[in-house]
Amino acid sequence: MIRTTLLAAASLAATTAAMTAAAQAEVKVGVITTLSGGGASLGIDTRDGFMLGMEQAARDDIEIAIEDDQRKPDVAVQIADKMIQSDKVDILTGIVWSNLAMAVVPAATAQGKFYLSTNAAPAQLAGRGCNPNYFAVSYQNDNLHEAAGAYAKSEGFSNPFIMAPNYPAGQDSLAGFKRYYEGDLAGEVYTQLGQTDYAAEIAQIRASGADSIFFFLPGGMGISFVKQFADAGIDLPVMGPAFSFDQSMLPALGDAALGVKNGANWSKDLDNEANAAFVSAFEEKYDRLPSIYAAYGYDTANLMLSALEKAEPSDADAFRAALKEADFDSVRGDFKFDTNNHPIQDIYIREVVKEGDVLTNHLVSTVIEDRSSAYVDECKM
Amino acid sequence: MTRERLLNAALVLALFAVPAWALWADEPFTITLATRAVIFALAAVGLNIALGLGGLVSLGHAVFFGIGGYAMGILASHAQNYTPIMEAPFLIEGTKSMPIIWLVAVLASGLAAWLIGLLSLRTSGVYFIMITLAFGQMAYFFATSWPTYGGEDGLSIYVRNGFPGLNTLVPIQFYGICLAWLLLVLALNRALMRSRFGLALNAARQVPDRVRAVGLDPPRLQLVALVLSGAITGLAGALFADLNRFVSPTMLSWQMSGEIMVFVIIGGVARLFGPVAGAGFYVLIEHWLGGVSEYWQIFLGLVLLLVVLFGKGGLVGMIAGARK
Amino acid sequence: MSPILLAEQVLNGLQSGVMLFLMAAGLTLIFGVMGLINLAHGSLYMVGAFAAATVAGLTGSFVLALVTALAGAALAGALMEVVVIRRLYARDHLDQVLATFALILIFSEGTRWAFGSFPLYLDTPDWLSGTVQLPGGITYPAYRLALIGVGLVVGVGLWWLNARTRLGIRIRAGENDREMIAALGVDIGRLYTLVFALGAGLAGLAGALVGAIQSVQVGMGEPVLILAFVVIVIGGIGSIRGALIGALLVGLTGTLGSVLLPELFKLFTDASSAATLGSAFSSMAIYVLMAGVLIWRPTGLFGARS
Repeated sequence: MIRTTLLAAASLAATTAAMTAAAQAEVKVGVITTLSGGGASLGIDTRDGFMLGMEQAARDDIEIAIEDDQRKPDVAVQIADKMIQSDKVDILTGIVWSNLAMAVVPAATAQGKFYLSTNAAPAQLAGRGCNPNYFAVSYQNDNLHEAAGAYAKSEGFSNPFIMAPNYPAGQDSLAGFKRYYEGDLAGEVYTQLGQTDYAAEIAQIRASGADSIFFFLPGGMGISFVKQFADAGIDLPVMGPAFSFDQSMLPALGDAALGVKNGANWSKDLDNEANAAFVSAFEEKYDRLPSIYAAYGYDTANLMLSALEKAEPSDADAFRAALKEADFDSVRGDFKFDTNNHPIQDIYIREVVKEGDVLTNHLVSTVIEDRSSAYVDECKM
Repeated sequence: MTRERLLNAALVLALFAVPAWALWADEPFTITLATRAVIFALAAVGLNIALGLGGLVSLGHAVFFGIGGYAMGILASHAQNYTPIMEAPFLIEGTKSMPIIWLVAVLASGLAAWLIGLLSLRTSGVYFIMITLAFGQMAYFFATSWPTYGGEDGLSIYVRNGFPGLNTLVPIQFYGICLAWLLLVLALNRALMRSRFGLALNAARQVPDRVRAVGLDPPRLQLVALVLSGAITGLAGALFADLNRFVSPTMLSWQMSGEIMVFVIIGGVARLFGPVAGAGFYVLIEHWLGGVSEYWQIFLGLVLLLVVLFGKGGLVGMIAGARK
Repeated sequence: MSPILLAEQVLNGLQSGVMLFLMAAGLTLIFGVMGLINLAHGSLYMVGAFAAATVAGLTGSFVLALVTALAGAALAGALMEVVVIRRLYARDHLDQVLATFALILIFSEGTRWAFGSFPLYLDTPDWLSGTVQLPGGITYPAYRLALIGVGLVVGVGLWWLNARTRLGIRIRAGENDREMIAALGVDIGRLYTLVFALGAGLAGLAGALVGAIQSVQVGMGEPVLILAFVVIVIGGIGSIRGALIGALLVGLTGTLGSVLLPELFKLFTDASSAATLGSAFSSMAIYVLMAGVLIWRPTGLFGARS
């Protein structure tokens, strides 16, 4: 649980200066994210994107505490308790994984704290479990899978093979794909969470007569599958959500990922001013290309800053209204919140390409315009 | 008074003094941290009955911890959503009452321990370690992929369950409940160590043939020990889930089993207060080292290694000396 | 399901079993000779994969990467034995579990500190990419076929080492009677270091071979470690032959379970729920197998009867 108390403006300043600033801090923000173990690369990008936004704003009245949740729900809860009880934070953010979000968010919002999600946005929190103090800045979990489904339909695929790990996010993923695809399936397979060998599934794909493949396998699972699939010599179009083909994953995938279509709500070549500025500033500061998690982190920081311009979190109603206005320049272009505090935004399809020696994603097309979420009607608030 | 008794007294004193200080200094998180340590200690006291007294190296105690947690999660989530657990053949409703949850947790984890014990006790040594691990993995994979109660996402409870006459949402009051349980179970453990059953169990571990010769059945003694052990760890699981207001398959993972075992070993196997010292030490070191470096687990590993290699008998053994 | 698909799945099961054997062989050897439970065996697997990815990235040679993985993991193993492990031989299993659990933490976070949090790139060599056509019309990846081959060669090599060489005689003697072999003038400390390094090298080789078709990342060793333990327990701890049979059983059960169980559930329910249920039960299948074997034969298939 690394604990770095960084001040946006005074990050380079001497300790004494930092201490004075801390004494004056009016707003406290707690970032809980995964900084150690296998999932650390996602948390590190989230943190770096968020901190980039904070540093650019150069406000010295915001204190930020960052801690490592080790990708364990009970540790995340413990950190949240500490930040709320001991550090007295006003706003929490940063959790990457849905199961950790489910552990932290309901309790935090029940205690009147604000939670801004930089990534995870499970169905429960978008529907029946929605809360006025919970804002998903990223998406609703199903969105990127829906994009792949819409793409499959628009391409005229008639027999895709779909696959995800057997856990709630995986089940939501296939449901999301089918919501927009609606046609016949060559096969529907649930793999094990953490599975590393996909020979059996690949043999099934080969035998199924599928005309395309959709899969959702986050983290190392996706890397394993893509490499093994490339080795199997099956020449079929591959689709997935952005997670498995994002900037942090591509170096490990290598050329096996070339040509894969992935659903995303952000791409580094998305044409707007805020995005161009973000991408070049991120590269400048961290010497690597930003991932989608970094983009979400950056947007979250800017949304929060825009609301802080208008109101203090201590005035919860005013601050909530200010967040809801979403009066910031999102790196994703047009952005507003629906009634369940989840974004209404365009969803795209990207393709993995090579720029010189570097693997990255290019925008292909917009597949769903102004997409909200499937659960918005279940949210009563 | 021996050094071990002095140490035990000091530990009990700390269990009262630390939260008292935190209350006075208005540091509610210290109380939360202490509650975590006390619950881990309770789980480890449970394991210590199987491990220290019965010589049963179980690497699957997370099963009982998790069953306790899910007993809380399932009962409370049904109560929270006003949906009955079962309507036919007779109606069973969920509940938000801690005493009922504890009872269910103890019974369910005790039953699981009995079943696992019946099958596992046919083996011994490394095979016993591994078969308990296998049962742990079965439970873990089942919980992750079974969608009814949240699967991998787990179950979230908005408000901590209630105990008659107390406000469990106040950290110090919930701490009091956990501490009361820990002290009660420690007293039980002490009585058990001195009882005829405890002596027979100890003998069954060291000289099984002689125990058989006097007409006792060692596997049966061990089964009883395992059931007691599992029930206590299950109770700790219910409390842990209530502390976090959340339960998930992580509580069933083999790393959890490993951690419970770590508490016992660094504290001191078969020492009454070993699990208390071990859990307290682990929670402290996790909290302090976490502030030092992003790579704090390297140091945690080094500390554990040093304790095993050079600290005979764990912390209690190092401070109080070898057992007579 | 067509017979060809079934045959291909059996082949897949064999292949995953053969890779498990590389891990399990070292583990069971170390337990058989020194009586040590080594939870950190998975870390050596990870060391092998990281060493291979680094060397392949620098030189572009896959063979060199494999050699480095084997040598690097063996070296790391020897170091581990000299510094920590040899102090544990006389201890009970409990201390061994805790100490090697601590080693996992040190190795995992140490690797992350040295290599960063992002997964590394390691691919199959060009001369083994693509597929081959097997008799009966099965299209099978060449690399996976090569993995089966390597596994069988290692298996035969271990048998030869054990049955035909002086080292093998000493190893077998060490398993049976430690005092005797020391009395005969064999340097037991050196023998132990050698056996440990051999087991570590095999784990490193497995890590590198599998790393080329999986994700090279911190924590990759633990899931394999658990499976390897399942294997040696089923086979009987200390028995190389048991490890081979156990590995093949586990590989086949895992693969065929994940393929056949959903088909089975399709007879009773719709496709979507059959997929969920089948997957849920197949993830438990190998542990059910293990529990079943132990209940039937408490010391595994080929374990010493007590």
